Amino acid sequence: MSAQVKRQMLALTGNETIALAMKQIHPDVVAAYPITPSTTVMEKFAEYVANGEVQTELVTVESEHSAMSACIGAATCGVRVMTATSSQGFALMWEMLYVAASLRLPLVMAVVNRALNSNLNIHCDHSDSMGGRDAGWIQLYSEDAQEVYDNLIQAVRIAEHPDVFLPVMVMSDGFYVSHSVFNVTPLSDEEVREFIGTQPRSPYNFLDISNPITVGPVDLPDYYMEHKRLQAEAYYHAKRVVKEIGEEFGKRFGRSYGYFETYGLEDAELVIVIAGTAAGTTRYVVEQLRREGRKVGMLKMRVFRPFPQEEICAALQNAKAVAVLDRSDSFGAFAGPMYTEIRSALYEASSKPKLINRIYGLGGRDLRLSMHMRFFHNLRHCWKVVAMLNATIIWA
Amino acid sequence: MATLKDIAAKGSPLAGGHRMCAGCGIPIVVKLVLNASPEPVVVVTATGCLEVASSIFPYSAWRVPWMHSAFENTAATAAGIESAIRALEKKGALAQRINVVAFGGDGGTYDIGLQALSGALERGHRFVYVCYNNEAYMNTGIQRSSATPLFSSTTTSPAGRVIPGKMQPRKRLTEIVAAHPVKYAAQASMGNWKDLYTKAEKAFRIDGPAFLNVYTSCVPGWNYPEHESVEMARLASDTCFWPLYEIEDGRVRVTYKPREKKPVEEFLKRQRRFRHLFTEANRGLINKIQEAVDEEWERLLSLDKSGLKVF
Repeated sequence: MSAQVKRQMLALTGNETIALAMKQIHPDVVAAYPITPSTTVMEKFAEYVANGEVQTELVTVESEHSAMSACIGAATCGVRVMTATSSQGFALMWEMLYVAASLRLPLVMAVVNRALNSNLNIHCDHSDSMGGRDAGWIQLYSEDAQEVYDNLIQAVRIAEHPDVFLPVMVMSDGFYVSHSVFNVTPLSDEEVREFIGTQPRSPYNFLDISNPITVGPVDLPDYYMEHKRLQAEAYYHAKRVVKEIGEEFGKRFGRSYGYFETYGLEDAELVIVIAGTAAGTTRYVVEQLRREGRKVGMLKMRVFRPFPQEEICAALQNAKAVAVLDRSDSFGAFAGPMYTEIRSALYEASSKPKLINRIYGLGGRDLRLSMHMRFFHNLRHCWKVVAMLNATIIWA
Repeated sequence: MATLKDIAAKGSPLAGGHRMCAGCGIPIVVKLVLNASPEPVVVVTATGCLEVASSIFPYSAWRVPWMHSAFENTAATAAGIESAIRALEKKGALAQRINVVAFGGDGGTYDIGLQALSGALERGHRFVYVCYNNEAYMNTGIQRSSATPLFSSTTTSPAGRVIPGKMQPRKRLTEIVAAHPVKYAAQASMGNWKDLYTKAEKAFRIDGPAFLNVYTSCVPGWNYPEHESVEMARLASDTCFWPLYEIEDGRVRVTYKPREKKPVEEFLKRQRRFRHLFTEANRGLINKIQEAVDEEWERLLSLDKSGLKVF
């Protein structure tokens, strides 16, 4: 409680918040390459390094591919490692994202979401991180700067949990969060230290000269699948651990986290599922409509990997109709990535809601209140229509 | 200077039983370089012959900590490890000094890994990068690289009826590295162990990046009898096809001057990759290679003689 007194609310941009979290986590090594809109994270962090506020080895690499490679090299040595990126940088890392996860390295990366080329667009959508959804990283999405902060602190604990040992990426919406000023209440340095521990935990130590190990060998058809199976098991554990740490965080600091946040879901007939900043607008619309007596609700995704399918199914199965709003498309698939997963999760449900998908906000296109109203209107309509499959996916 | 017996007495960081080809030059390079380190080493290796032949799970030929993560990022991975070492040293959490060594073939070094290498060199990480240079992508079946010499026939620059093999000379990577600048960059060869070992010893003494470009014979790639590997590499230096020199603090020093500079033909004629040159029609191409070799050799000698800090 005494620690709580020391906490104060600050006015910070999303990226300043990420940099502050990094400063408090105090990683041993940070390797990163600047890219809009995550650039100012590294600028601020470089300032901390230059002023001696952190003793981190900052490796200003020549590309994001090298950023992730250097992070991987460093993390094998059992030290705490972080990085940040966006968009094309994330895409350039893609090859190494798989390596980081497969080598079971507890890295933490802040992803400031931005659209992918072509055409070049620096604004927010989730195409970058959604493109890496199968790379083996734990994915936490955030609505605002406070959530980014809380997710980053928890990410260290999740990544370094001995049952997990997997990398974690924490997403925030480019510009909407990164460059907007929020009220943020960070933990004190001591609270962070105490929560994450000063001694990083890692699955192995490459620098143990007396016990030399071979990392990343050739793995042929006789063993490769066994190793992948072992990796797959880590995500079952990760699902449990993410929840436990979210609850522990809540008990200690008063802000609890689960797989997702719900609003009005107990009696909602019409539900919008969304991730990121647009959840704020959704919440406002839900409030308005509920004030009018409409039974509407929201489910805001936080943990996309590991995907909480049973929990999603339980949370949505009593709704009459659900609109899943994807801020990226999965080209050639039958819908956006979040929709596809949620629809699949609902296959187990005893009663299935009607489902529609909306692709919205690509390249930073705003999601307006009027659009939300229309979604709910669409939902009410589709609930009453029996054959609606052909109209499930609409670009908002 | 250590004798061969001294070096052998240090034991081998690479166990026997690895799957490298009979006559492969790479293990010679690995053992000589790693044994030249006065401190313990950790090793990063690019995707390539050395990696696939030394680490087939559940076996590993490595008696030292060894890691592979991908193809183009060996220098970046090494940079990460070196940064972790620095971080631990700052905390006083490391009991002893550890040297980081990166191995890559000419594909992983000259081509796909050049950007990561350049970045790591420029940032000044303390590590020794060793290119085992066999002048083509041998692991994937002898495709051309930018280290492949002029008129060499590879599977992607085959000697055909119209085109006589690779039409470009090889990249001068050692000098590109030296120009970053780094304190120490050298060309060595598996055919001259003393020269290689001495250069590796120097490289480990550098407080920063050091680079060794080591000529490494390849039986399937060059196609000669497997017991002739060392001889082939020696011939490369005796013909000045692969000059041995070092660039220390920007100054070039030729470290091996053959008593009798042999015609390049003697090196070329023993390998299938140059076989197509030995026809009446292609006779002029051998002369072209000889001219290029002579010119390069004279250039290096004059740089050496000048004593100038050229890099």
